Amino acid sequence: MQVVIAEDLFLLRDGLIRLLEAYGFEVSAAVDNGEDFMAAVRSHRPDIAVVDVRLPPSFTDEGLRAALRARAEQPGLPILVLSQYVEQLYARELLADGAGAVGYLLKDRVFDGAQFTDAVKRVADGGTAMDPEVIARLLAHSTAAEGPLGRLSPREREVLSLMAEGRSNAAIAARLVVTERAVAKHTAAIFTKLDLQPSDDDNRRVLAVLAYLGR
Amino acid sequence: MTNGVAAGAREATGPRLRPGFPGRLLALGHALALFGLLLAGAVLLALLAAPVILAALGLGQFLKYQLNHGLAFDGQDARDLFALLLGLACCRLVLPAALLATRRLAMLTRRLSAQWCGVAIAAAYTPVPVPAGPARQRGRRRLGYQQRMSWLLNDVSTWRDVLWLVVNLIVGWVLLLAPVMMVGFGVVAFLVPGAAAVPGMDGVSRWATPPAFPGNTPTVLLAIGVALVALGLGTGPVALRGYGGLARLVLTPSREAELALRVEQLAQTRRETLDTGAAELRRIERDLHDGAQARLVAMGLTLDAAGRLIDTDPAAARALLYEARDASARALAELRDLVRGIHPPVLADRGLADAIRALALDSPLRVGVTGPLDGRLPAPVESAGYFAVSELLANVAKHSGAGAAEVDLRHSSGSLRITVSDDGAGGADPSRGTGLQGVARRVAAFDGVLVVSSPAGGPTVINLEVPCKLS
Repeated sequence: MQVVIAEDLFLLRDGLIRLLEAYGFEVSAAVDNGEDFMAAVRSHRPDIAVVDVRLPPSFTDEGLRAALRARAEQPGLPILVLSQYVEQLYARELLADGAGAVGYLLKDRVFDGAQFTDAVKRVADGGTAMDPEVIARLLAHSTAAEGPLGRLSPREREVLSLMAEGRSNAAIAARLVVTERAVAKHTAAIFTKLDLQPSDDDNRRVLAVLAYLGR
Repeated sequence: MTNGVAAGAREATGPRLRPGFPGRLLALGHALALFGLLLAGAVLLALLAAPVILAALGLGQFLKYQLNHGLAFDGQDARDLFALLLGLACCRLVLPAALLATRRLAMLTRRLSAQWCGVAIAAAYTPVPVPAGPARQRGRRRLGYQQRMSWLLNDVSTWRDVLWLVVNLIVGWVLLLAPVMMVGFGVVAFLVPGAAAVPGMDGVSRWATPPAFPGNTPTVLLAIGVALVALGLGTGPVALRGYGGLARLVLTPSREAELALRVEQLAQTRRETLDTGAAELRRIERDLHDGAQARLVAMGLTLDAAGRLIDTDPAAARALLYEARDASARALAELRDLVRGIHPPVLADRGLADAIRALALDSPLRVGVTGPLDGRLPAPVESAGYFAVSELLANVAKHSGAGAAEVDLRHSSGSLRITVSDDGAGGADPSRGTGLQGVARRVAAFDGVLVVSSPAGGPTVINLEVPCKLS
C-alpha cells in the first residue's frame, strides 16, 4: 500500500515512516510542506495520504487546505489528517464532499502503532476515522439533538458515535459487549431513521457519520 | 438649514431642524424649554455664589473691624464671624451637590443642543477617581468630601460649566426669547386688535386695545402683526442654532482637557492590561508546573524504572513503558488545553470568523454565526474578540437559560462590531459579576466599548465595538 506523508517536523516524519514501514506500508514520498505534497500526490498517486494540518510556509492550516485541494483534484483520494488539536469545524470540511475515505486524528494516536495503522487501512479502504475527541466534544452537548438524530435511541447513538470513529460492526460489538448481529440490527435502525437509502453499506456508514457530525 | 459653521469631527450629528410651519413652531417650544433650563441654571448659580459671597463678606467685615478697632471681640464682631461660619458651612453642604448639578445641567444642554439645535458638543470630564484607602477595601464607590471637591475643582470642565451658567444668564436668554417675544407681541399687540377692527370680528375687541400711533388702520395693524409673527417664526430656528453655537463656544472642552482625559483613559487601560497580562502569565506558569511539567518528571522516573527492569523483568518493564506512553498522551492533552486558552490554533489558522464558528460548534447551545467578515483583523483584536465571544457564550449557557444564541460579526466604519444575542431570561448586569467586566476591560484596551441591553425577562443583546483595520 503506497503512502505519501506530509509532516514538517523531522522527528515525527521519520517516526511515521518507520512506523508505517514496520506495518508493511510502502512510503513513496515524505515531504515537509504543502507545495511538495501536492506535487508528490500528483506524481505518485498514492493509496492514502497522511498530512499534518500545520505546514510551512504559512504554518497555519496549510496541510488541511492542501489535502482538500488534492481531494478536489483526485476525487476520493483517501486522506488522513493529523493534528495537535482537533476542531469539529475542520472535521466537517473534510467530510463535506460526502465521499468518505477521510480520517482526522490527534497526533497522539500514533503512540499506539497497531490502532493507528488500523485507522490508516480503514481510511484507505474508503471508511472514516474520526478522533474520539471530536466525537466526545460532539457527545458532550448532543443530548438535546434535534432533527433526525433526535429520533435515535441512546444505544443507537452510542453505536453511531463508534461508527463515526470508524469502527467496524465487529469492533463495535466487542466494545459494547454485544453480538455482532445486535450491532447490525442497530446500524440498520440508524440507517432507516436517518432516511439513508439501501446502497452499499460503506457509503451509508459515511453518510450516517456525516448526519451525525452535521448535527 | 445649511450647516456652514466650523466643520470637523464634532460637527452637527443631531437631526436637521424640520422645515415648515410645525418645525418652526416646535423650535419656539424648544427655545422655551431651554429657557426653563436657563432659569434652573440661574438658581444653581445663586446656590453656588451665595455661600461663597457670604463667607467672603463675613471674612472681609471681620478683618476690617479687627483692623479698625484693634483685636476686640464684641457683638459686631460676632455677627461677622457668624456670617463667615455660616458661609463656610453652606459651602461644605451645598457646593459639591451644586457643582454636580451644574455638570448634569451642562450635559443635558449638550444633549439638547445636539437634538434640538443640531449642534453637537463634546464633553471631557475627568472620570470619578477610585476611592483610596479603607473606603476602597470596603468596596465603596462613595468619595469623601475632600476627594470629591478636589476632583471637581481640579477639572477644568467644571469651571467651563459654571462659566456657561453665567454666559447663559447674560446672553443666552436673548437668543431664546427674542423669536418667542416677537411672535407673542405680534399676536397680542397687532393681530388681535387688527382683527377686532375688521367688521364682524368685534367679539375679540375685549382682548386688547390697539396701540396708538398715526395711521393705525386695521390693515396696517394686521400687516405689522403678520410681519412680526413671520419674523419670529422665521428667526426661531436660526436663533436656536445660534444658541447651540454659543453653548458649543463655551462648553466645548479645550484640547488640553480632551488630551488629559485621553491620557487618563490610556493610563487606566494600560494598567488593567498589564495586570491581566501578568495574571494570565501566572496562570500559565501554574498550569505548566502542575500539569505537563509534573507529568514529564513522572515519565522520566517511569522510563528510568523500566530501564532498570528490562533485563530482569521484561514484562514489568513493558508495562512501565506503556504507562509512560499514556502519561505523555495526558501531558499532550493538557498542553493542548493550555494552548487553546492562550491562543486557539483555529484562530491563528483561519481568523476570527471561523474561530467563532468553531466556538459555536463546541457550545452546548445552538449558536448561529452570521455576518460578513472577510479578511483578517490585527492579531490582538482577533484574540480579544475571540475570548470576549467565548466568555459571552459561556455566560449565556450558564446564566440565561436560553436554548439558542446568535453571534453577528461585521466590520464597518473602521470598527469590528460583534453582537451576541440570546432569547434567555435577561437581567445581565455588568456591575455585578466579573465576566462582563472582564470583557469590557479586554475591549477597553483597544479603545473598544461594550454595550449591554438586558431587560429582566430578556432578550439580552450585547454589542461590542472595537476600532481596528481590516486587511
